[in-house]
Amino acid sequence: MHRTADRRTGSVWLPACRFSAAVTGAAVLAILLFLLWFSLPLLDADTLSKLLSWEWRPFQGGFGILPMVAGSLLLSLSALLLAFPVSVGICCFAHGMGPSGPAAYLLRLVKFMTSVPTVVYGFVGVFVLVPLLREAFRSGSGFCWLAAAVGLAVLILPTIVLMLHSQFMLIEPQVTLTAAALGMSPAQRLLHLVIPISGRGFAAALVLGFGRALGDTMIPLMLAGNAAQVPGSLLESLRTMTAHIALVVATDSQSLAYLSLFACGLILFLSTTLVNLGLQLLKRSGEDNG
Amino acid sequence: MKRLSLFLCLTVFSLAFGIQAACADGLDAFKGKEGSISIAGGTAHIPVMKDAAKAIMSANPNIRITIAGGGSGVGIQKVGEGLVDIGNSGRKASDAEVSKYGLVMFPFAVDGVATVIHAENPVQALTGDQVRAIFAGQITNWKEVGGNDGVINVYARDESSGTREVYWKKLLNKGAVVASANVVPSNGAMKLAVSKDPNAIGYVSIGHLDGSVKAPSLDGVEVNQEAAKSGQYPVVRKLYMNTKGEPQGIVKSFVEYITGPDCVEFIKAAGYIPF
Repeated sequence: MHRTADRRTGSVWLPACRFSAAVTGAAVLAILLFLLWFSLPLLDADTLSKLLSWEWRPFQGGFGILPMVAGSLLLSLSALLLAFPVSVGICCFAHGMGPSGPAAYLLRLVKFMTSVPTVVYGFVGVFVLVPLLREAFRSGSGFCWLAAAVGLAVLILPTIVLMLHSQFMLIEPQVTLTAAALGMSPAQRLLHLVIPISGRGFAAALVLGFGRALGDTMIPLMLAGNAAQVPGSLLESLRTMTAHIALVVATDSQSLAYLSLFACGLILFLSTTLVNLGLQLLKRSGEDNG
Repeated sequence: MKRLSLFLCLTVFSLAFGIQAACADGLDAFKGKEGSISIAGGTAHIPVMKDAAKAIMSANPNIRITIAGGGSGVGIQKVGEGLVDIGNSGRKASDAEVSKYGLVMFPFAVDGVATVIHAENPVQALTGDQVRAIFAGQITNWKEVGGNDGVINVYARDESSGTREVYWKKLLNKGAVVASANVVPSNGAMKLAVSKDPNAIGYVSIGHLDGSVKAPSLDGVEVNQEAAKSGQYPVVRKLYMNTKGEPQGIVKSFVEYITGPDCVEFIKAAGYIPF
């Protein structure tokens, strides 16, 4: 009886799901085609060499987007480096290392963090973090790589924590009995059983965190200083591809400066696609091994 | 005593009435008309356009006016392609744009761009040469221009900014700006950044000047709207409304209303000088 009901709801929902999947797929494909179409005028050798240079001086004919590509990569990797250890710590605290009362509150706080708009983090960063860095290091304006990395780390922390949390939740029921039979404490269970078999979860959390950091616009725009250069130190200013698009989008729509935005968009699109493909590959290899 | 208060009452009443009558003059052109006006482009223009639109629409509910931003380039392109009735720009349309689209320009206000520094910076005066050297990265410490010992932090605007364009052309003489300069996306963000950084130098539209930042005099000229109006302070631009061909009907009335005496107060309230 139960099964037929299942099958019946399945028969209603399956085509609907297929349809929406097709629409979503088509939309993604359309975005790719759109970006390719607008990037076409950039694809002759002369323009391309201009585009793939380190010089962004649109009024002197330099349209290089490489400083922005480097800025995006440096910033998202450093934010990940800051956020990942903290996230793992929070997750371990919440899953047996810490007392259950504070652990629940901590998780609730992290969930709340997901609902804070990024512009709020950016604003707090401008008023608190930037003056703090300026005072502490007495070098530069405070709008720098480090400020944006800290801001982004706060932004992607909940993504990583919740990803790991759901992975741990998935694994815990499978090992609880074994752990109890062996007389393990919750902390030992976490360290010796849950974490070692959560490899895929860790990888997925890393990849999702990276994607989120790469795609964010508001925090780099507000905190990183936006100078189109490769930063020499953590206290120097940088510009990401997303902030670059936000800054340049209002220029004359005929200029090469404007068209260079589509190249940035294409690079962003392809990088997130690559990241996701990597995730899929990882999942598959994990299934083979498991 | 009673007579005095009655007199005062009457004076106030007649004053109020007088003002209302003056306001109604410019709005007469819209009486009994209906239709819609769409406006897009420069963001500096929006406060003036909004005040005018509010006055027109509350006096005449059959007229709809929509106002969008987008920047000077967008304003010119949209009006040229017939997507809006009025395209605002903080710069003159180029000869190519005028001949391609058949644009007619209506300047209605003058706006200056001021160099700004932190409110507590002891520097009171700068010369044009000093400013150019600072932005080019040749002068890097405030003590070289009579300030405290501190590395100068340069702030600039993005390439799509009309404010940047006039400052770069008329004060920096199209000179190089140091590559490490921080770039901020709006006049508001510039003011915020400079007001928080004791070693900052940047530039904002004079309309945005307030106590949070300081505008040092330039080549001995105090920087304010009066100096900009008289031509003493040279870093100025006009704010334009652009139409495709000569405007007709209520669009024409709108352009006349903005450039007429009624909108002087709106333009002053937004911090600009009526043209």
